[in-house]
Amino acid sequence: MKKYRCTICGYIYDPAQGDPDGGIEPGTAFEAIPEDWVCPVCGVSKDMFEEVEE
Amino acid sequence: MEPVKLKEGVYWVGGIDWKLRNFHGYSTGRGSTYNAYLIIDEKITLIDTVKEYLYDEMMERISKVIDPAKIDIVISNHVEMDHSGSLPKVMQACPSARIYASPNGVKGLKAHYRKAWDFTEVKAGDTLSLGKRSLAFLLTPMVHWPDNMVTYCPEEKILFSNDSFGQHIASSERFDDEYPADIIWEEAAKYYANIVWPYSAQVRKELEAASALDFEMIAPSHGLVLRSRVKEIADLYQKWSSLETSKKAVVVYDTMWKSTEKMAYAIASAFEAKGYTVRLMSLQDNHISDIMTELLDTRILCVGSPTLNNNMLPTVAAFLTYLKGLSPGGREALAFGSYGWGGQSVALVEKELEAAGMTLMDSFRINYVPDETQLKHIKEDLEERI
Repeated sequence: MKKYRCTICGYIYDPAQGDPDGGIEPGTAFEAIPEDWVCPVCGVSKDMFEEVEE
Repeated sequence: MEPVKLKEGVYWVGGIDWKLRNFHGYSTGRGSTYNAYLIIDEKITLIDTVKEYLYDEMMERISKVIDPAKIDIVISNHVEMDHSGSLPKVMQACPSARIYASPNGVKGLKAHYRKAWDFTEVKAGDTLSLGKRSLAFLLTPMVHWPDNMVTYCPEEKILFSNDSFGQHIASSERFDDEYPADIIWEEAAKYYANIVWPYSAQVRKELEAASALDFEMIAPSHGLVLRSRVKEIADLYQKWSSLETSKKAVVVYDTMWKSTEKMAYAIASAFEAKGYTVRLMSLQDNHISDIMTELLDTRILCVGSPTLNNNMLPTVAAFLTYLKGLSPGGREALAFGSYGWGGQSVALVEKELEAAGMTLMDSFRINYVPDETQLKHIKEDLEERI
């Protein structure tokens, strides 16, 4: 599963870790995150994320 | 208007905002300063600027050191206009200057001023030689905007920390050892609670990165320059960013006919009886930004509102909106209030407290005016639960 980076603050969503505080279980692919989820660091919406090129 | 020498060739050239009492809603009873710094080397460098209306003051200070037209480099650590507001005039007065900022900083400056200035983006770990000295940049996104960075001069051992470690204090004294320490810490705490608190995880990262640097002076963008109390401020940031709490309760409320106020006093007396440090803070007498300062180390927050037209009081709603934006959560909270018929306020307060990341305790709701038995019940019931 691919990691995604917040283009505003640089936070990286790692599917292995999820975002438990934001209600996202570890093991959740970025694509499977609900559309109303927001960046846990700066609060912007999911469409502000871009795929991390490995 | 004099420059103040920090070290040989390094000067404070900022502006003092003696009259500032409201910083976008944060009450600044002591005013503030916008600290700009000038480094005289082979490349003449200005680190940050001041609010637009203090431009002349900054230029007067700079002019006593050097002809401002000779400035080669302007470092913009943070886009916000209390630091970048004088850039348009600076760039006119210093035609050969080049601006260095983080990638988000360059984007932000372009969106603020719409000018085709000579920008250079800096990345984490980049260094810039000024001649005898150099500058290194540490990107600190979300402390407290996406563009924030801090600048480090290893030769002088100075960390130009921008808003980190800032304090809203207007003073002619420039250094921490010239000014009452208690006031510096109080204003640093207020600054942390009202500006930096929600980004505590990023602060912890910044502190870790900064701990690898050898610095003996912190030159922030507001308030006093720290040279004698560097370790104390770093320890305080460590403590505040750890989000640890003490045995302390804050009771925040507003009232219409003093029924909710009576409940607030009963709640405060329960905490007092159990040895808590207590603050009883009416929203009619206390500014929300002062309440935030008290919340930094608070374990239990109680919020009271009577029901007005099936809602909470607007003062309480304003406080809760402000709290929701700033609170890192992780504390316990209790809602309370009196009501005539609908009694919706308590549930509405609870909803906001939950949204602020608090764990709810059982609430107290009383119809019309609480009597002695009811107040005694509130006190005793709460004492059992804390």
